Amino acid sequence: MIIRGDEPEQIRLLRKLYKPGNYFMQGNEAVAYGALFAGCRFYAGYPITPSSEIAETMARELPKLGGYYLQMEDEIGSIAAMIGASWTGFKVMTATAGPGFSLMQENLGYAVMTETPLVLVDVQRSGPSTGQATKGAQGDFFQARWGTHGDHPIVAVSPTSGQDAFWEIIRAFNIAERLRTPVVFLFDGVLAHTRELVKIPSVDEVEITYRKLPQNEEEAKLPFGDPHGDGVPPMPLFGHGYFTHVTGSTHKENGLRDVYTPEVHDRLVRRIHRKIEKNRHVYEKYEEHFTDDAEILVVSWGVTARPALGAVLKAREEGIKVGLFVPKTVHPFPGERMRELGKRVRAILVPEMNLGQMILEVQRYVNDDVLLKGVNKIGGVPLTVEEILREIRGVA
Amino acid sequence: MPEIYSKYPMVKYLRKEALPTALCPGCGGGTVLNAFANAVDQLKLDPRDLVVVSGIGCSAWIASPYFLADTLHTTHGRAIAFATGVKVGLPDKKVVVISGDGDLASIGGNHLLHAARRNIDITVILVNNFIYGMTGGQVAPTTPFGAKTTTTPYRNIEHPLQISETIAAAGASYVARWTTAHVYQLIESIKKALTVKGFSLVEVISQCPVQFGRRNRMKEPAEMLRWFLKNSVPISKAKKMSPEELEGKFVIGEFVNRQRPEFTEELNKLIDEVQEHFGLKGGDDV
Repeated sequence: MIIRGDEPEQIRLLRKLYKPGNYFMQGNEAVAYGALFAGCRFYAGYPITPSSEIAETMARELPKLGGYYLQMEDEIGSIAAMIGASWTGFKVMTATAGPGFSLMQENLGYAVMTETPLVLVDVQRSGPSTGQATKGAQGDFFQARWGTHGDHPIVAVSPTSGQDAFWEIIRAFNIAERLRTPVVFLFDGVLAHTRELVKIPSVDEVEITYRKLPQNEEEAKLPFGDPHGDGVPPMPLFGHGYFTHVTGSTHKENGLRDVYTPEVHDRLVRRIHRKIEKNRHVYEKYEEHFTDDAEILVVSWGVTARPALGAVLKAREEGIKVGLFVPKTVHPFPGERMRELGKRVRAILVPEMNLGQMILEVQRYVNDDVLLKGVNKIGGVPLTVEEILREIRGVA
Repeated sequence: MPEIYSKYPMVKYLRKEALPTALCPGCGGGTVLNAFANAVDQLKLDPRDLVVVSGIGCSAWIASPYFLADTLHTTHGRAIAFATGVKVGLPDKKVVVISGDGDLASIGGNHLLHAARRNIDITVILVNNFIYGMTGGQVAPTTPFGAKTTTTPYRNIEHPLQISETIAAAGASYVARWTTAHVYQLIESIKKALTVKGFSLVEVISQCPVQFGRRNRMKEPAEMLRWFLKNSVPISKAKKMSPEELEGKFVIGEFVNRQRPEFTEELNKLIDEVQEHFGLKGGDDV
């Protein structure tokens, strides 16, 4: 069952199974082990390249921890089963790639509207459509943000290495639980299949969070209210006799449908937005390198942040005052920090494995007098240090 | 207090603040809700031990939000997949899906098929009214050959899916079909479906006088019920009839009632085996 209330047993099992130390493993495996440390004990998925090793690792490891692995008939069923299990108290995850992510979009919106914690790993691969199924890409930046219909907020986390993936998936679970919201984990086919050193920590080094549960009958009767003023209602789980009603239709604080009163919809959807906006401290995260005196800024994310750092280090050796800004939570975008940094530099380069997606977010926060240029590569091969360095030299 | 609360004993199972229901006068949905409540009552089930899941469409409204239990009203076609997650999380609860033919057998047909194959302990009450009612009476995969709907204004040239036969073949533990004109048999079958271990389907042929009957010369609900009674053939008799003779008939009764390994039980057994195998049982080895 969920780790909460079950911690000593789960800690015992984690300790026994996973000795702290350095391991040589795939990015996908790092994601799976991170999820296990985060308390994920329910996984429902459907095989798809390049995400399948996550499912395979979960299928092998979850039963050891008393957790459940389900292979569903498709991606739509996978996210549906996850949402069902989340309402029984489980921390839940699925992993997919572009085409499967597209199929999951309707129920991702359902999870936003019903405030169901879950973690959806999208191992981005080259598209559109089936594209280059085995190759990595960063083309789902805006699918993560706007893939499901209607006004909705979303939190998306994107790691830059296997080691980073281990910790960031734990952070993704903590955000999902803390804010009672789905979190998208934007991984990619390059990191997913790269084997590198990953340090598995001791269980004691891992901090995990649990969703708020109702403390009394009053709170349980308002599964979509805001009793604590932080926009996050306690979640009255199924099976506890609360008679909770959950619907993706517009609903009142008590969960019952009301699709006719404009104020009810306005109140619900604005609160769901406010919950994310007001709790920026829960999820906002970025990395900076040499930004103090930078005249040129490289903004990058995910897999491309690595060659970007390599290029920045080399350019620094050449005396070019260049810095690097890496949003780790990519949605909501760290716009305020971007604005501050944008004021200090004369040129910004945005390398990514697509034809220009995150650059549009950057553009929203910088003035027109800053030279803004994308460094874009598609075809399934990651950007190299040389390719990015050449562009840095070009604007130096 | 309205008279209904004192006159109608099953009302204790309903969410009063959600009443009256949104169902049209003469809809068979009320009969199904009544039969389900009676089954719960006769089995003396505690509604706290029930989770009711539904999809989208008129029939998804039969028990959600009206039945006073944990209720999960999901996206179109996906109720059984949501219910699968609920059942794995709460293996000791009764997980019931009540939804329509378009929802469960068309857009959600694959989930229905695979839940039956998996034989997960979920009870599905599939209300088959031959039509997409909520969207205005469009043809469904269950619409009889030749029938008129808003999207088959001349006649339906497709053949209806035989849901119960298909799901029986897919591996369910229990499958029965009745009509809303067979209320007592329906209650008995729902009780069996709730009791049997494994996937159970009760298909209820139900009247939609507004969207189906009206366009097919049966605008009164009673006419539709008479149509059901006149054309119902018990399964024992149907076995001796040719496909031609069965054209336009409703085969009623129990299709299967058998024991097969159940999914959540197998899943938990597997976990026990794995933990045993890796020596993970017991608690003093830290």
